[in-house]
Amino acid sequence: MIVSRCIAPDTALKVGLFVTCLVDLMRPSIGFAALKLLESAGCEVIVPATQTCCGQPAYNSGDRAAAQALARKVLREFDGCEFIVVPSGSCGGMIRAHYAELLAESPEESGRVGRVAERTMELTDFLVNVVRLEHVPGRFEGTVTYHDSCSGLRELAVKSQPRALLAKVPGLRLTEMSTPEYCCGFGGTFAVKYGEISARIADRKCDDVTSTGADAVVLGDLGCMLNIEGRLKRRGDHRTRVLHVAEVLAGAAAASPEN
Amino acid sequence: MTFQSTESGATAARPAQARPAPLFKQRAHDSLTDAKVQRAMRNFNLAGARARAVAEVDNFEELRTAAAAIRDRSLAMLDVWLERFEREATRRGTHVHWAETHEDINRIVVEIARRNAVRKVIKSKSMVSEESHLNQALEAAGLQVVETDLGEYIIQLSGETPSHIIAPAIHKTRDDVADLFHEHHGTPRKTEISELTMEARKFLREHFLSADMGISGSNFLIAETGSTFIVTNEGNGRMTTTMPRVHVAITGIEKVLPTLEDAAAMMRVLARSATGQTISNYISINTGPKRPGDTDGPEENHVIIVDAGRSRLLGTDMQEALRCIRCGACMNHCPVYQNIGGHAYGWVYPGPIGSVLTPNYIGLEKAVDLPNAATLCNQCGVVCPVKIPLPDLMRKLREKQVARGLRPWQERFGLKVWAWAAARPGVYAWLTRLGARLGRRMGGGEAAIHHLPGNGWTEGRDMPAPQGRTFRELYAARKGRT
Repeated sequence: MIVSRCIAPDTALKVGLFVTCLVDLMRPSIGFAALKLLESAGCEVIVPATQTCCGQPAYNSGDRAAAQALARKVLREFDGCEFIVVPSGSCGGMIRAHYAELLAESPEESGRVGRVAERTMELTDFLVNVVRLEHVPGRFEGTVTYHDSCSGLRELAVKSQPRALLAKVPGLRLTEMSTPEYCCGFGGTFAVKYGEISARIADRKCDDVTSTGADAVVLGDLGCMLNIEGRLKRRGDHRTRVLHVAEVLAGAAAASPEN
Repeated sequence: MTFQSTESGATAARPAQARPAPLFKQRAHDSLTDAKVQRAMRNFNLAGARARAVAEVDNFEELRTAAAAIRDRSLAMLDVWLERFEREATRRGTHVHWAETHEDINRIVVEIARRNAVRKVIKSKSMVSEESHLNQALEAAGLQVVETDLGEYIIQLSGETPSHIIAPAIHKTRDDVADLFHEHHGTPRKTEISELTMEARKFLREHFLSADMGISGSNFLIAETGSTFIVTNEGNGRMTTTMPRVHVAITGIEKVLPTLEDAAAMMRVLARSATGQTISNYISINTGPKRPGDTDGPEENHVIIVDAGRSRLLGTDMQEALRCIRCGACMNHCPVYQNIGGHAYGWVYPGPIGSVLTPNYIGLEKAVDLPNAATLCNQCGVVCPVKIPLPDLMRKLREKQVARGLRPWQERFGLKVWAWAAARPGVYAWLTRLGARLGRRMGGGEAAIHHLPGNGWTEGRDMPAPQGRTFRELYAARKGRT
């Protein structure tokens, strides 16, 4: 998973931040939290201004041509970065685990796909395994539980990394759910097309979250976040907070919406 | 249940009268709102049993890899192994039949029954016979049919179809079974599970002793010996295959394995994946009919090898689905299946493998919902003992639906507009700024949107409101570029 670095260690790593379309639209504070973490780790962060989406919604909806167009756009925008860091296991997994298959019909892209896919990492994976972050800026007074999002877990092996980082947050206590790896029921457009089933799956997740008594459920994917938070609120639970791991680590968990 | 009524088929391009009602969603809704089914599904936890069984061996991942490779080798030369099976089985006195269609299965079985003056048929579990509605065909031919797998027996009494491939009555509670037995057996109502199973045993025993024909499935066909290989837990498979005068095994062409050693390797993963057992209670390897001097066994032994759509998958991007050994692990671990149960899937095979097999076997247009009704969480893919990449196959089926215009026009149009905008950063920035502001306003003080028109999301959830400005505009402002 780890790409070794062939330049002098005192030079700042040139890291491309792919904020993802959902963070951009819904919760930019997560993008800024990721930015803060990367900068505090001494990285030179590049944020391509033209970035939009990795193409996953089209890919998972069977619209291969649309997904390919967006994949090529991501490759163009991020080729040249030493690493591409994504605060989402799902979008990171899309680039790392699926771009090669998606662009298999375009052999001229294979060099670029290889370079970008191999150097794309989920945020916590990057912070633990590449920059080996020792201290995190955030503080959190309370108990949290961590939800493993499916793509991060099963496509990128993100499991211990967020927990290792959360363990460094002063004041934070982690209480595990009985089934933290159980899908929250989001599934992209599934959540809209099959809302009733999706909400029911989310219910099992919410039961599990609630039974831990945690003040917050922390996770690494916007999709799961919208789904779990949406279901918790509909159930009348306005106490349990739903936080992105970057927000907790960066100390942005109490940030105002306007950042 | 017929093929035609199987699926939602939101096929906008077709004339309205040819478009079936959205059955999948309706069936899922029925299941989600049925308190009894929900209680049964909440108690259903074969996933936990599997996890414990897998932890007992230190190389389960290697076993999965080996099992997948064995299945791939069989499929790569399927014709060779099937012909070898036929030769070896025939040489040992078994009659081998080839059923190209489901109708062929029923015709062949009825013919065998007529030739042997069969009146009563007992069956051990056979999902292939569910594909062809064999029981109805046999009853229409004047035969009495009794299912002998306990779960199958229960759903036969209740007039239902299996809701799981290895636990067919998993949607039933103990109370349901108590009522059914009381009603059909005319006995006092019992409530203890041990009493209920003893009662079933007593009634089934009489059928075992009086049946003329036994019909079974076959988990594998062994090419080198011409044997059927049946894995069961209740012992009913052994009685079905040995007690009646005539035995008929029905299985798919893909189930052939070159050697007994291959089957032994499959057994290392099958029961662990299915029920969390190290090995099943019974493995019955049947080779030919009763020979002179044998104490038991059928006088006539038949094997019906079924295509019914399977060969169409060979050599295509769907071939990996034919590796399936029907353990049920994919559905046991599926968050969708665990909530809606098996009947919502509408055809014989539920869960992730059903969402792949059903469109392939009965037609993409007749199972439009199935490949889409999945979160692609890949829990199925990581537990599958033969490493079928189920989410990838579902995604490929989605691509085929789009290519064939089977998705609703609203969805196709929406995707096109979104993809067009996402490829144009200027347009996209303008739209997302608008969306972020509008969403924030809709969310109000609670920062939550309670209703989005025409959107399934808000039926059961709020939509957390956007923070109001996009990352890109905030970042640009911070950089002083705007």
